[in-house]
Amino acid sequence: MHGWFPQNISTYGADVDRVFYLIYYIVGFWFVLTQVAIVAFLVRYRRRASVPAVHVRGDRWRELAWVLVPAAVVLVLDLGIDAAGARVWDTVKANLPAGDVHLEVTAKQFEWLVTYPGPDGKLGTADDFTVNSQLHVPQGKNVRVTLRSQDVVHSFFLPNVRLKQDAVPGRSIDLWFNATKTGTYELACAELCGFGHYTMRGVFVVDTPEAYAAWVAQHAAAGGGA
Amino acid sequence: MTTAATVAAGGRIPSGKLAIWWFLASEIMTFGGLLAAFVLCRFAGGGWEDQAAHVNARIAAVNTLVLLTSSLSMVQAHRAVEEGSRGRAATFLLITVLLGLTFLGVKGFEYSREIEHGFTPSTAPFWSFYYGLTGLHALHVLAGVLANAALWIAALRGRGWARVAPRVEYAGLYWHFVDVVWIFLFPLVYLS
Amino acid sequence: MSEPAHGEPGFWRRYVFSTDHKMIGRQYLFLGLVMALVGAASAYVIRWQLAWPESQIPLTRWIPEPAMYDGHLDPSFYNQLVTMHGTIMVFFVAMPILLGALGNFLLPLMIGADDMALPRLNMMSFWTIFTAAVVLTSSFFVHGGPAAAGWTAYPPLSDDPSYTGVDWGQNLWLLALALEFASFLMGGINFLTTAINMRAPGLGFFRLPLMVWMQLTAAVLFMLSVGPLIAGAVMLLLDRTIGTAFFLPQRGGDPLLWQHLFWFFGHPEVYVVLLPGVGAVLEVLPVFTRKPVFGYRTIVYSTIVSGLLSFIVWAHHMFVAGIDPRLATPFSITTILISVPFAIIVFAMIASLWGGSITFPTPMLFALGFLVTFLVGGVTGIFNGSAAVDIFIHGTYFVVAHFHYTLFPTVFFGGFAGIYFWYPKIFGRMMNEALGKLHFWLTFIGFNATFIPMFLLGMGGHMRRIYNPLQYDFLKPLAPVNQFATLAMILLLLGQIPFVLNFFGSLRYGAKAADNPWGANTLEWQTSSPPPHGNFATPPAVHRGPYDYSLPGAAKDFAPQHRALPAAAARGA
Repeated sequence: MHGWFPQNISTYGADVDRVFYLIYYIVGFWFVLTQVAIVAFLVRYRRRASVPAVHVRGDRWRELAWVLVPAAVVLVLDLGIDAAGARVWDTVKANLPAGDVHLEVTAKQFEWLVTYPGPDGKLGTADDFTVNSQLHVPQGKNVRVTLRSQDVVHSFFLPNVRLKQDAVPGRSIDLWFNATKTGTYELACAELCGFGHYTMRGVFVVDTPEAYAAWVAQHAAAGGGA
Repeated sequence: MTTAATVAAGGRIPSGKLAIWWFLASEIMTFGGLLAAFVLCRFAGGGWEDQAAHVNARIAAVNTLVLLTSSLSMVQAHRAVEEGSRGRAATFLLITVLLGLTFLGVKGFEYSREIEHGFTPSTAPFWSFYYGLTGLHALHVLAGVLANAALWIAALRGRGWARVAPRVEYAGLYWHFVDVVWIFLFPLVYLS
Repeated sequence: MSEPAHGEPGFWRRYVFSTDHKMIGRQYLFLGLVMALVGAASAYVIRWQLAWPESQIPLTRWIPEPAMYDGHLDPSFYNQLVTMHGTIMVFFVAMPILLGALGNFLLPLMIGADDMALPRLNMMSFWTIFTAAVVLTSSFFVHGGPAAAGWTAYPPLSDDPSYTGVDWGQNLWLLALALEFASFLMGGINFLTTAINMRAPGLGFFRLPLMVWMQLTAAVLFMLSVGPLIAGAVMLLLDRTIGTAFFLPQRGGDPLLWQHLFWFFGHPEVYVVLLPGVGAVLEVLPVFTRKPVFGYRTIVYSTIVSGLLSFIVWAHHMFVAGIDPRLATPFSITTILISVPFAIIVFAMIASLWGGSITFPTPMLFALGFLVTFLVGGVTGIFNGSAAVDIFIHGTYFVVAHFHYTLFPTVFFGGFAGIYFWYPKIFGRMMNEALGKLHFWLTFIGFNATFIPMFLLGMGGHMRRIYNPLQYDFLKPLAPVNQFATLAMILLLLGQIPFVLNFFGSLRYGAKAADNPWGANTLEWQTSSPPPHGNFATPPAVHRGPYDYSLPGAAKDFAPQHRALPAAAARGA
């Protein structure tokens, strides 16, 4: 099962996956139970010449209990799923920590313009630089991204981080993540944005903090440019 | 046969009336959707006050009076039908039609003044909603005017009136609805 | 208004401009089936492209540039096909077949009426959707081609032609949708008025067949939910034509406003489509288990509750859209609550099998196929409804698999159950059983083989609406899954051939159908096949509920609703 998911490299990725598995085991149980019941009934109650059907209407509480009690159990399990999910949702989307690194990502047809704060670590200063469709972040640091769009609705999707957020023109939306493993991964657009939607790929690199600092210095010195 | 049988079944609402009520239910959701969008966009911030200041509440107040009066005449037309008086029904239907046309005329005059001053649907979001809301409403007024005019002509003619007369009530329900929409629209667009 | 006493109507009055609900129902059926071919053809091209992205797609050489270049698909046209596939399937296949055809044909018959309350409005509703279908199809042939922004038409992509290169195509799309909405508003008004006013004597609401309850609930849901989208469609059209500022940020508008208006309708809409399919299954099950549907009133109440809840879940389509994050948890709760009434309905269906005397003709196979496959759709809804999980699976093939596992069961398994079941009544002929069973198994196997893999694709992060997945390294290992799904889909498409042969062949060569070939209780089976003009030789009166099968002590194992059996041990209903 787990092999189907992209490799998880974020601090909250395992939490997201855990909610998935919680749901998977709960609904899996009900799924198996109901399908087995269906097949069993179809076999057991095939028409046999001298055996009439049982005229049961299911309008007495005793009979309805067979339906309502399982439904009540479903309700309780549902609420448990929501409680587990709410905590993870808040972690990812609602309670944004202060960022160690702050980036701006502006989506446009069909690329990602990533603005880095440069060696001074502050956005909006002269040493900022913008790179096209390359997201570099340092390992183990809280990265905060301010997400915008220049034209249509796009969606910023980092499969290995378990993060997705639509980029809406006219809005600035903040998101955060913390990548725990160095390596090269991918950034994808997950909202139909035009004929080039399928080409809107970004390279997502997680560097050690030292390598990251070196990369930033090199790009800032080169004068940035998209 | 079917409709008459329905009514003859006793204690049931005639099909035409039921149909109008269901139709109005969906219309409430249409105007409701547009109004809700207007309210949420307006008060989500963005300061539409300066744009909104350019509408003329006084002209709109006159129009409100016109529409309310026309609902009154519509009620009278229905009462005339119930009392079996075809002539009076025709008179009140005509009054309703004329008042409806007055409303549309005033609206047209309003629009022309606003466009002259440079306020078109594309000027700002407030104006998009203004023209969208009042325009959609005006189209509904026009439809009602045409329906009432058809009924007026039928009342004048007299032939087949017995079959058509119940529709005065249905047209009346529609006309009151159009009036009610305006009663919500007027304060939200002109007064707030 | 009814037809006056008359001689035989001419060809046009009888087959084209008919006000007879039975003919109108047939017209809707043909429209839905023809549009299904167009929808299926677009699915074929899409899926071939996904499986072999750089290849020439077989059978497409006739499609000219700029849509296809000698069998190679243009990326814009791919998006257009995706858009039209969804639009056609939801609005021009599902609704016409389930509501337009089955609803129109059955409703007056099931309540013992001679026609709809408003027959001319009925005729107008069909010709309105016919016009809508023509308008939508014509959009393939205008400059720039058809709409390309998905069936969801999110602005700004759908709002400004420069973002897609599509201009009139999107306008025609909006016009077609507006006409379709008008058509089903007219139909809904007719269904509700008819059911309220024209029930046979003795037919109280709790003696109605469940199909009628489902059609009425669907009608109410549609009528109360479509308004905001009509408003939204007008707003989008105004943005596109006269430059209003509703949805474009550069003019001061808000793209999210469209999403709210669309999904406020969109979510109840999926239940509008679902419920009549469920209704068909609930009519078929008791006939072939020879016992009542379990929990009639419970099913009715659950249906109404789910209908109410459907109005307060819409933002689960927008969890990552940019809404305030604090809204996610309330909408997750309402969404997960909606699974409870549906669980009740599914459990009741399963309980309906217990203690039965079950046979497996084709309608029953499709009804059971619905039950088995809809369960997948239902449980996978839980994943999507959890905001936390949705962060990952939104916009991926997991969602695509989920909604195909809800829509396809209702439209195709539920719809085919209904078509096979009521074909004798609609056309006066029996369909061929062997072809029917072949059709079922090919459909069941083909459908599951096509869509189960898509859950795996979604788990792998495979995005939707992607012209070429091989652009992404992380999707390359999933290519064999895409190929498998495409091959399975071809099996699914080929599996429909027995149905086409059966449907048309039986019109000519099928055995003449008796009044009540299945031994069923509801009123449509108590008149000839097909019913005469006016439906019943003598208007029936109703003495019992619709599911008095296998009453203890009764001579026969069924008891038509208009018969009061003297020795019946029925506990009144």
